[in-house]
Amino acid sequence: ISDDSSFYGGHGIVGAQVPLGCGIAFAQKYAKEEAVTFAMYGDGAANQGQLFEYICLWDLPSILVCENNHYGMGTADWRAAKSPSYYKRGDYVPGLKVDGMDAFAVKQACKLAKEHALKNGPIILEMDTYRYHGHSMSDPVGAHTFTRDDISGVRQERDPIERIKKLVLSHDLATEKELKDFFINLNIDMEKEIRKEIDDAIAKAKDCPMPEPSELFTNVYVKGFGTESFGADRKEVKAALP
Amino acid sequence: MWGILRRSAVDGGGFSASSLRRTRSALVSARSYASGSKEMTVRDALNSAIDEEMSADPKVFVMGEEVGQYQGAYKITKGLLEKYGPERVYDTPITEAGFTGIGVGAAYAGLKPVVEFMTFNFSMQAIDHIINSAAKSNYMSAGQINVPIVFRGPNGAAAGVGAQHSQCYAAWYASVPGLKVLAPYSAEDARGLLKAAIRDPDPVVFLENELLYGESFPISEEALDSSFCLPIGKAKIEREGKDVTITTFSKMVGFALKAAEKLAEEGISAEVINLRSIRPLDRATINASVRKTSRLVTVEEGFPQHGVCAEICASVVEESFSYLDAPVERIAGADVPMPYAANLERLALPQVEDIVRAAKRACYRSK
Repeated sequence: ISDDSSFYGGHGIVGAQVPLGCGIAFAQKYAKEEAVTFAMYGDGAANQGQLFEYICLWDLPSILVCENNHYGMGTADWRAAKSPSYYKRGDYVPGLKVDGMDAFAVKQACKLAKEHALKNGPIILEMDTYRYHGHSMSDPVGAHTFTRDDISGVRQERDPIERIKKLVLSHDLATEKELKDFFINLNIDMEKEIRKEIDDAIAKAKDCPMPEPSELFTNVYVKGFGTESFGADRKEVKAALP
Repeated sequence: MWGILRRSAVDGGGFSASSLRRTRSALVSARSYASGSKEMTVRDALNSAIDEEMSADPKVFVMGEEVGQYQGAYKITKGLLEKYGPERVYDTPITEAGFTGIGVGAAYAGLKPVVEFMTFNFSMQAIDHIINSAAKSNYMSAGQINVPIVFRGPNGAAAGVGAQHSQCYAAWYASVPGLKVLAPYSAEDARGLLKAAIRDPDPVVFLENELLYGESFPISEEALDSSFCLPIGKAKIEREGKDVTITTFSKMVGFALKAAEKLAEEGISAEVINLRSIRPLDRATINASVRKTSRLVTVEEGFPQHGVCAEICASVVEESFSYLDAPVERIAGADVPMPYAANLERLALPQVEDIVRAAKRACYRSK
C-alpha cells in the first residue's frame, strides 16, 4: 500500500472489507480531511451482513460500491438474496443503481456520491455489470448459465468500450473509417503496450529473488520488545522480534 | 501398511455411494481372493459418510456455501443435492454468522445439521455461535437443550494461500468445554469419525485438511460398511515403537510416519500416535506410550503458543514425570502469520527433518 495511492488492497475474508473501509472513512472525518473512502464488494459479499446503518448515524464519508455481476462464485444472486436490489439494502443509507458498463454513468455517479458523502454521509452505489467468464477454472457445468449467445449479445450492447465507440460515432466526433483506422492502430498499439507492460512485470517478478529466510520474522509487530519468536523447531530456529 | 500412501488425483469423479455398494458386493463375492486391499480418497470417504448418514436419518441435512449446485467448493458434497434434493442440501448466501446461527437454532429444535465452512478461517465470522450458542447450551440449560451439530471444513495450511487462509484452529476449539473436536488423517479416519460426529448428540468441530482430500488410503471392508463408526476420544497407534513417542494429528501424521521411517534407518524405533480426537484428548494412550518409551515429541501445524502440543506436554509432565528420560519436544508451525512466499511458507511449517531432529534430540543422539 502506498500512501500516495490510498489503495488499501484486497482482503481475504469476504465481506469484512466493508466495515474496514468505513473505518478509514471514520478516520478521514475525524481528521477533518475533505475526503471519502470507496469500499468495494460484490453481490455475493453483500450478504455477509456487515453493512449496518449506524455508519449513517455517524455520517461517515463512505461510499459503498457493490459490483453486481449477478454471481457469487457459483451462486446466482437470486439464489443468495431475497432482495437482490443491493442499492436498497441500506435502509437509512440511500442508494443509487448505476449501469456499471457505462463509463460516463460510473463517472457521474462517483462524482455525485463524493458530494453526497462529504455533505450528508454514506451512500451505496450498485454497479450493475456482467461476468463474461466463470468464477474459476473449476466451475462445474451449469454453474454459469449464460450461453455464448447471451455473452456475445452483452458484448455488443453493453460492453463499455464498444459503447464509447458508438457514442463517438453517433456524435460525429469521427467517421467510421477514421475511427476504424484509429481504433485498429490504437488497439494494436494499446494491446502491444499492455502486453509488454504485463510481460515486463512478470519477468521482473520472476527475476526477483525469493525472500531471505530471515524475512520469516520481519514485520510481525511494529514494536516487538525483543520478544522471542520461533520456527517449526523451536530449538533450532528462533529470532528476537525487534 | 499404514505408512504406504498413494497420491491419486480424483476430481470428484471417483466413488459415488452407489458405485461403492456395487464394488463392495463385488468384493464380498470375491472374498476367496484374499489379497488386493481397496483404496479410497479422503474426499470420497467424507462424501460417502455424509451420504450414508443422510440416508439413515432424515433429520440430517447439509448447509454451506456452494455445497449444492456447485457440488461443493472441494467436491466433498458432490452428488448430494441430486440425490437428496434442495430440502436436505442448502446453498447459503455468503454469511457465516447467519447460516451458523440458523444451523445451531435448527439443532436446538432437534435437527442434525452438517454445516460446512469453506475453510475454518471463515468460521471466525461465526465463532460466537459455535462457542456461545452451541458449546455452552447443554450446560447452561441443565441438559434441556443439546446441540447435535457438526461444523466441518478444511483447516490449517494449504499451499500458498496466505496468512488469512492458513490458520489451524484445533487449539482454539479444543480449549472449549462443551465442544468435541476431531481431526481425521486417513480415509478410514474420515469415514469413521465423520459418521460418529454426525450421530453424536453434542456439537462437533470436524477439522479436515485440503491437501489430504485427494490422497488415497487403503480401506478395510469393515470401514466400508454403512454402520462403521470410530469412537470419539480415542487415539490410534499408527506405528508401534519403543524409543520415542511422536504424537500428532491430520496431515502431520503422514510426516511423522515418514520421520519414523528415517529414524528406523538410524536405529531409533519411533511410536507414532494419530490423535484423531483433540477434544476429548486421549491422555491415557499418550501417557501409556510415553511410559513405555520415556521420550516425547509432539507435532502440530498450528501456532506453538498455547497449542495442542503444549497441552500434551503439560499432561505428560504432570502424569508421567518420573518416566521421562529427556525434556519434552514440540514441533509446531512458526510463531508468525503464515507467509505467502513459497520458501518462507516451507520454513513456517513443520517438515519431516524437523521431526527427525527433535526425536534424535530426545534420544540424546545429537546436540
